[in-house]
Amino acid sequence: MLRMRFSKEGNAVWISHLDLMRLLMRAFRRAGIALKHSQGFTPHPELSLAMPLSVGISSACEIADFSLAEGETVPPEQIPDRLNAVLPEGVRVSDCYDDGQKLKYLAWLEAELTLIWDGGVPENAETAIADLLASERLLVEKHSKNGPVETDIRPMYRDVSLTRTAGTELCLRVTCAAQNPTLNPMLIDAAIRRHLPALAPDFTRCRRLRLLNAGNEPFR
Amino acid sequence: MNEAIDRRLERILPGVQKPARYVGGEYNQTVKDLAEVDTRIAFCFPDTYEIGMSNVGMRILYEVMNNMPGVWCERVFTPWGDMEDAMRQHGLPLYALESHDPVRDFDLIPFSVGYEMSYTNILTMLDLAGVPLHASERKGLHNIVFAGGACTYNPEPLADFFDFFSLGEGEESTVEIVDCYRAAKKNGLSKEAFLLEVSKIPGVYVPSFYEHRYLPDGRLESIVPLHGAPEKVTKRIVQDLDAAVFPTKPIVASTEIVHDRVNLEVMRGCIRGCRFCQAGYTYRPVRPRSPQTLMRQAREALESSGDQEITLSSLSTSDYRYLASLTDELTDWCVARKIGLSVPSLRADNFSRDLMLKLSAVRKSGLTFAPEAGTQRLRDAINKNVTEEDILKTCEVAFSGGWNSVKLYFMLGLPTETDEDVLGIAELVFKILQTWKAFASNKKRGVRIHVATAFFVPKPFTGFQWEPQITPEEYMRRVHLLKNNLFSKSIEYDYHDSRLSEMEAVLARGDRRLAPVIEAAWRRGAKLDGWLEYFDYDKWIAALDECGVERSFYTTRGFGTDEVLPWDTIDPGVRKDFLLRERERAFRSEITPDCRHGCAGCGANGLLTEGRVCDA
Ligand code: SF4
Repeated sequence: MLRMRFSKEGNAVWISHLDLMRLLMRAFRRAGIALKHSQGFTPHPELSLAMPLSVGISSACEIADFSLAEGETVPPEQIPDRLNAVLPEGVRVSDCYDDGQKLKYLAWLEAELTLIWDGGVPENAETAIADLLASERLLVEKHSKNGPVETDIRPMYRDVSLTRTAGTELCLRVTCAAQNPTLNPMLIDAAIRRHLPALAPDFTRCRRLRLLNAGNEPFR
Repeated sequence: MNEAIDRRLERILPGVQKPARYVGGEYNQTVKDLAEVDTRIAFCFPDTYEIGMSNVGMRILYEVMNNMPGVWCERVFTPWGDMEDAMRQHGLPLYALESHDPVRDFDLIPFSVGYEMSYTNILTMLDLAGVPLHASERKGLHNIVFAGGACTYNPEPLADFFDFFSLGEGEESTVEIVDCYRAAKKNGLSKEAFLLEVSKIPGVYVPSFYEHRYLPDGRLESIVPLHGAPEKVTKRIVQDLDAAVFPTKPIVASTEIVHDRVNLEVMRGCIRGCRFCQAGYTYRPVRPRSPQTLMRQAREALESSGDQEITLSSLSTSDYRYLASLTDELTDWCVARKIGLSVPSLRADNFSRDLMLKLSAVRKSGLTFAPEAGTQRLRDAINKNVTEEDILKTCEVAFSGGWNSVKLYFMLGLPTETDEDVLGIAELVFKILQTWKAFASNKKRGVRIHVATAFFVPKPFTGFQWEPQITPEEYMRRVHLLKNNLFSKSIEYDYHDSRLSEMEAVLARGDRRLAPVIEAAWRRGAKLDGWLEYFDYDKWIAALDECGVERSFYTTRGFGTDEVLPWDTIDPGVRKDFLLRERERAFRSEITPDCRHGCAGCGANGLLTEGRVCDA
């Protein structure tokens, strides 16, 4: 089993999870790297993406696991260059290795939300948001099979930091639970909109920055 | 990338379906350095990204224009309704996918128009771009709007909106048109002077150079060429397909499209001559590509795209002379790489049966037949040379080989059709079911027979171009007659929308009086009319009323054989007297043997340069 890390940004953020799978499989074909195929009536390449990324969110830390076909001898360290030569803009492979940590050790995701107010950051926004996120409970509405349910997301994030990066932008960094259950960082944006409606930003951009294991070390 | 547009896009895209189709950036798209570009082209396809990106013609011409140094051609498609709404709300103009620059900043705005029910999309796109809809409102050389594609064989309903039309195959003429434009721009020509220049290019039709006069009863009286324009404009063709551009580095869509595969065009033109088929006549003369060229193009396109499927396309691929040797070589190459090879439009003959079994080594695609009519008599009348025996024999081979689904395509409302012909469809389907019962290798899996009927739409430049269309009510009566005679649960029956096909018929044989109707329908909100979720018959009826246009004039009336036809200015190579002869033979249920039995004298070989032979 091999693992590669890649980024997804620019126009590529609009590619859906399923389309990204197809895109990567095709890139492997273009690069002339044969993937191992599953058995069965309609064999398909064995390739999986660790954490499905919602459309519109950019990422510097995507992970794909795959196996090479029998007889495929390309050394893992050559794979990034070979793939990057045939990938569309916005998808770039940074490294590839065969000693990746087990996925069950993936614990945290460091993310960045850029909150944008076209008319400038409201005066009390920084403190109000910091206070909200520091409160004991933070309820959001999650959609489930039986309709919306109230969920307290407070236990699922930590290490919030807020910086003003421009007259109209606040940068919110936060470390979210990556598994069991996962917290989509955009739910923090949803919480701000729900509990501080007067401070709802005009637009929020989201980016995945880094994956961490339970020991707070980079997950790779 | 255009930052102003991107900032707004970022906010719109999270709220629309399938946003990937609105950003470009796909592998193999062409991006040029603006410092080296003197002519910018926004190549528009008036339907969704998924449809347009599956269009071979569009891909070829994209390549042709981008092969020209100094010219940058980009793609533009029709946004789906949610995106259109969002764009209007946010004041986002229509932009091209490669640069995200607004379409109104481009020099040339060509459209590829292949379907009548996409006409309102043209207006949506021009309007979203902020480009005036009417050719007469666009002054100067900026934003020259022209069109090519199958619908331009009768361009009259669109005449108000386009500056000119490029008829036939565009591989060579498009280069001439773009060069003519560059020269005009360099020399500071007026638009009028440019149109005069561009009209000298063979295959270019400038509608404003022709006056259409009508009789008091509404029929055309005459078409008068002005400014010394030629009486007839002859379509262009490529003489040597082996030398013609083929995109061997195809753009790979980053989201799913309709035909997500390499489309290898093995030949142009069709030897069959089905009397209802516009493409069958207008793509003539018949010109094959050599198997050597095709093998090379297949390898290059598959390696460059990473596609997992390739299809050998043409109007009737079984008639490609070198199909056996090509598929032999290609199957070996594909099997080794787990690439699926499909050959659509196979005929139900011996050779095809063998080929079908061979191809199933790679992938078992569905079995498809288009008998078009239910009885031999009617099949003879439309010159569809398929026999019941052949169909049943092919089904027998397929069912015993493990196939368990068949698709059958028919038309209802064909000239001379009676209830007996409609019931003949049910009988044929029943016999296929019997064949399955007798020969299926695995009966437990059951069988699915999918029957689809289209509502016959008479098209210009066919043997049936003069014929009336039956009313939607009569079509529905025949649909129900058929439906009530399809008994088995294994049969699924689909039929085309009667009203959509009626409007398609109005537009297909429409004249210049239809342009205001199209515009009125669009102003009432008609859009994406080819999609049933959008098609709104009432809007079209209201638009026809508003403009005082009677739809029956173009549908149930039929056209007299001595009548001046709106498309008489266009010469597709096939002669009118040949079409008339085909019409007469149809009424005698007399077939015209295919070109391999001898040239039937359609006239299309007249387009070939000296020394070249049709269907060589
Ligand atoms: S010119 Fe003759 S051979 Fe060629 S398409 Fe016409 S009928 Fe067939």
